[in-house]
Amino acid sequence: MSFLEVVRPGVQSTVQDSGRRGYRHHGLAAGGALDLISYTWANKLLDNPRNAACLEIVLGGFRAIAHGALQVALTGARTRVTVNRQTVDLWQTLNLNDGDELTIDHSTHHRLVYLAVVGGLDAPEQFGSHSVVVREKLEGQGPVQAGDRLMPLQPKRQVPERKVPDHQRPDLDAETVIRLIPGYQYPQFQRADIIRLTTSRYTVGDQSDRMGFRLQGTPLSSPPPGIISEGIALGAVQIPGDGQPIVLLNDCQTIGGYPKPGVVPTMDCALLSQQLPGAQVRFELSDLATVQNQRRLFELHYQHTRWCQTGQELKWL
Amino acid sequence: MIEAVSEDTILITLAEAIEESLPARIAGLADNIRSAGFPWLVDIVPSYTTLMVVYDPLKIDFRQAVSELRPLVTLENTCKRAPEVKGRLVELPVYYSTETGPDLQRLASECGLECEDIIRKHSAVEYRVHALGFAPGFAFMGQVDPTIAAPRKTSPRKRVPAGSVGIANRQTAVYPQASPGGWQLIGRCPTPLFDQNSLSLLRVGDRVRFKAISREAFLAAGGELTP
Repeated sequence: MSFLEVVRPGVQSTVQDSGRRGYRHHGLAAGGALDLISYTWANKLLDNPRNAACLEIVLGGFRAIAHGALQVALTGARTRVTVNRQTVDLWQTLNLNDGDELTIDHSTHHRLVYLAVVGGLDAPEQFGSHSVVVREKLEGQGPVQAGDRLMPLQPKRQVPERKVPDHQRPDLDAETVIRLIPGYQYPQFQRADIIRLTTSRYTVGDQSDRMGFRLQGTPLSSPPPGIISEGIALGAVQIPGDGQPIVLLNDCQTIGGYPKPGVVPTMDCALLSQQLPGAQVRFELSDLATVQNQRRLFELHYQHTRWCQTGQELKWL
Repeated sequence: MIEAVSEDTILITLAEAIEESLPARIAGLADNIRSAGFPWLVDIVPSYTTLMVVYDPLKIDFRQAVSELRPLVTLENTCKRAPEVKGRLVELPVYYSTETGPDLQRLASECGLECEDIIRKHSAVEYRVHALGFAPGFAFMGQVDPTIAAPRKTSPRKRVPAGSVGIANRQTAVYPQASPGGWQLIGRCPTPLFDQNSLSLLRVGDRVRFKAISREAFLAAGGELTP
């Protein structure tokens, strides 16, 4: 039986898939991988099911030992990864042998690394998903700890060597532009505030986590008053009384009453969630059809492409 | 009103203000949407005046989803004055005391009442579950008697014990798990509000009545006095 034994879990490492569906009316957060793009590619490298469970590693500082031969894939933050102290690349398949030591250095550029294993992680499922929402403190919903075993669902399977083509990797070093789809409260914001929101540069605040990212910049001068609490969509931009936007992410509460000029699309939440405190971001207005089309294309690409024999590119079926 | 929220989310608004009849109407509409068996439906999040619908953008786009939801919303709007949906009645026992409700005494003096009056008024009314959120199984219920309504504490507690019964303005709720919180605490309920298997005890639209119980009954029902 092959598996990875966690020696050092890092700041916080949790099992995530593409999130919980159908339980939000119980007050349960959706959870799921914050960086949908990197998570999806980690699974695609190994021909895993679209919703396979991966490990989401925050800020690196992770170390594990392979027991038995095992194929894995790492994607996400640009950071130094080593196998037996030899540097290896992310965004490709990685064959580990019995006794190999895998380390992910402390990440200084971006936030999240995804570790996928063949077939997906064999992790407990709760409420129809493997995603762990630490904040809810439910039984069996904790981060990975030293000594834990990361078991692959298909330990014997192995795919040929593969590498995600450069042009398909998200450019996490480029300026982070997050699009905003205006919502029904958008017209209630003053014009000057909308101009501030869409032309200022914001800095990712320290208090940013899986619940949401706090952005700091020119505050909106007079956001509309609170609304009657309503369901919150992934990526909703809340403007509390201090006028500084909060982009709500996967582990946020299910309802809320702050006014919202709009929502950041999932693909852009992925880019935002990779940013560390101090990183610069700016908003740009977009429309529903554009982002819906992009999201569909991304999902269809997963389902309807396969790797070429070289393992360097993909072909549409 | 049906509006796009994001690439996979729609918001249905039934009213502009909170009304007593809304929880039952919203729960009814949620049931109808669920039983329509839409293959694209992912999640429904009912709240005070709205219903958020999450769909699978691979199966349907915004326009199609709206056109499939519209007949159900229109039907609801036309028969909203129809016989009131009763909703399930849930009775929740509460050990009201200064021991389990650290804000009871102060709330009473601020309202110019005795502790017994707060208890009597809080347990005299039938509440409706208007929304769920904040934490798994956390049900926002309304409305408490205006004479015992009190705003949230200016500085929230770092830890509110599980089962704590609180008041915030004209809302009341039971904390399902220990968590930080700013509601005015007046007692504790021994009944679990969230279970890993049966999930949330309360649903939007349910009717809830609190029943005052003794310290002995609270302990016998599995209640804990840990601060």
